[in-house]
Amino acid sequence: MLETLQLLGSGFLIVFEPLNLALIIGGCALGLFIGAMPGLGSVNGVAILLPLTFLVPPTGAIIFLAAIYYGAMYGGAISSIMLGIPGASTAVATTFDGRPLAKQGLADKALTAAAVASFVGGSISVVLFTFFAPPLAHVALVFGAPEEFALMMLAFATFVGLGGDDIFKTIFSIAIGLVLSAIGFDIISGEPRLVLWDITGFLHGVNFLVLAIGIYGIGEMLWTVEEHALGGGESMLSEATVTVKRTMANLRELVGTWKTLLMGSVLGYFVGILPAAGATPGSLMAYGIAKQISNEPEKFGKGAVEGVCAPESANNAASTGSMLPMLTLGIPGSPTTAILLGGMVIWGLEPGPRLFTDHSEFVWGLIASLYAANLFAVIINLAFIPVFIKILKTPFTILAPIIFVLCLIGGYAPTESMHDVWLMIIFGIVGYLMRKLDYPLAPAVLAIVLGPLAEPALRQSLIISDGEFSIFFTRAYAGPIMIAALILLFLPLLKIIYVRLRGPKAVSG
Amino acid sequence: MTVRTAELLMALMMGAFSIYLMVKSYELPVGWIKGSGPGGGTWPFWLSAIMLISCLGILFNWFRKHGPIASSTRVYIQSHVLMDVAAVAASLIVTVALFSFIGIYGALPLFLIFYLRVLGRHSWLLSGTLSILIPVVIFYFFEITLKIILPKGITEPLFLPLYKMFF
Repeated sequence: MLETLQLLGSGFLIVFEPLNLALIIGGCALGLFIGAMPGLGSVNGVAILLPLTFLVPPTGAIIFLAAIYYGAMYGGAISSIMLGIPGASTAVATTFDGRPLAKQGLADKALTAAAVASFVGGSISVVLFTFFAPPLAHVALVFGAPEEFALMMLAFATFVGLGGDDIFKTIFSIAIGLVLSAIGFDIISGEPRLVLWDITGFLHGVNFLVLAIGIYGIGEMLWTVEEHALGGGESMLSEATVTVKRTMANLRELVGTWKTLLMGSVLGYFVGILPAAGATPGSLMAYGIAKQISNEPEKFGKGAVEGVCAPESANNAASTGSMLPMLTLGIPGSPTTAILLGGMVIWGLEPGPRLFTDHSEFVWGLIASLYAANLFAVIINLAFIPVFIKILKTPFTILAPIIFVLCLIGGYAPTESMHDVWLMIIFGIVGYLMRKLDYPLAPAVLAIVLGPLAEPALRQSLIISDGEFSIFFTRAYAGPIMIAALILLFLPLLKIIYVRLRGPKAVSG
Repeated sequence: MTVRTAELLMALMMGAFSIYLMVKSYELPVGWIKGSGPGGGTWPFWLSAIMLISCLGILFNWFRKHGPIASSTRVYIQSHVLMDVAAVAASLIVTVALFSFIGIYGALPLFLIFYLRVLGRHSWLLSGTLSILIPVVIFYFFEITLKIILPKGITEPLFLPLYKMFF
């Protein structure tokens, strides 16, 4: 406990270095902007901007990206409320009550509630994080290759069991991500492997950023182009009156929602830890529960402040939660943290439980930066609400080409190869076409990041056991994790069997 | 083309790709090698097999019209949407193709002018300003600060004096 506080203190010393402080403030502002733009969320921002962080040391880079992640969670609410279009999928639930409030001329009330809820969610979750992470990392220190592989299986299994998408498409997405990561050289024998169509560009493998920018940059933008073509132009922007007096009154009113805020924060945090769940389902669940525990559930959907507080506290808490498995176990809790994890590999840090002991400066700098980012994001958000509303008026046709240019250069920068730029364009277009058929793409991004870690873990485990798969079930930690993974993997099948068995009874009863 | 047809085509294409990946993985030893564990091709081979099985599953659902996509008779991409998306995608492909010939600083302004002026119908003043400003910012950020040299094609000699100035 005391040691944790000491380490946290040393983290704050890193955060208050002028460069890092500037990166946090800049990252928060940029994240708010990205989150506020309809269609762009934290994952897009982090994927597109990661190549820019080669400029600063790893600690600064991750602090900057984490601040973007945080800011985007705040910003998502702005377009949900003002335009009725979620700024990111994580802010879908915020439209349910945020939009009605804005239509009643109470946009400022909804925006203040969103900002304060985000702050509370972020603060509670980061405190939970501070005290959960070190013990978890400590337990994980004894993990060997079989445990690592079992954990990765668990991460993939959550997509199949809890993702809610087509099972075959989810499994396909995971498998293709893992195969893409196997391109290049066989890590153990050193032979060239899967050099597709004998194109030499594949010899250096497929960088995860090429897939991530392809899908979340190019593909996402093509998707937005389509939505604009369907929507036929600009949507209705609500008016907001923001004065100091009104803001103070709004803040006082929020004190009464503390129960909702607390529930949303804790729920969001724990849902965020699961790889397939994360901020979007977390915020929807929090909305549902807030409605159930409310004294006036009939107000929900018509402009209840709790209806804004619950999802906004949950999505910020979830974004912190998703960093817990990333930092302690080396398993990302969300697509955004998958990209952060990939970034850590580029910066020369080996993800996993050893991070806490080997790079404690990096870890505690990041944790302390979350406290700071949270504070700056709420201040920037509350102070510049009118500015962000103006930004929403920026035409898409100005923003889109700038983002495309950033994608093209971002695809080139990590490896300086034109092959990768072409590959990124192909991933973008194919990803867009697949997304239109409801193929989930987040598992593929997670898989391409985890692939280079999963394969050696599997092969080492099998070498230890001389080819026996039972090694994954007989060890103290690997066993239960693997069994949990298998249960999740077969959950959809069990559901079908359950429904079939219950079916006739339900009909006759 | 309906969504249902697109679903079939995509599953067939991805199935074919999975088979190609399986064949390609087989170039390396698949299976157990005594003394050194699984061969280098084992991991991608079985994953490609899982891809193939998933595609067969998608096809199975397609045949029994199971699920919202497999039973959808909606148009996959409406013609006016296709025009917009194809214009953007094509302009990206042309831009990347031009990188190797007239360089990034020749291709990016052309792309920006096309997008802002032709697709976005913004004024010449705005389109022109951004088309010059953005490449300049990129030059300073990537080439000067990050020292990542971007492709220049035939425009390479024009940059030599600039390099001399900064490095």
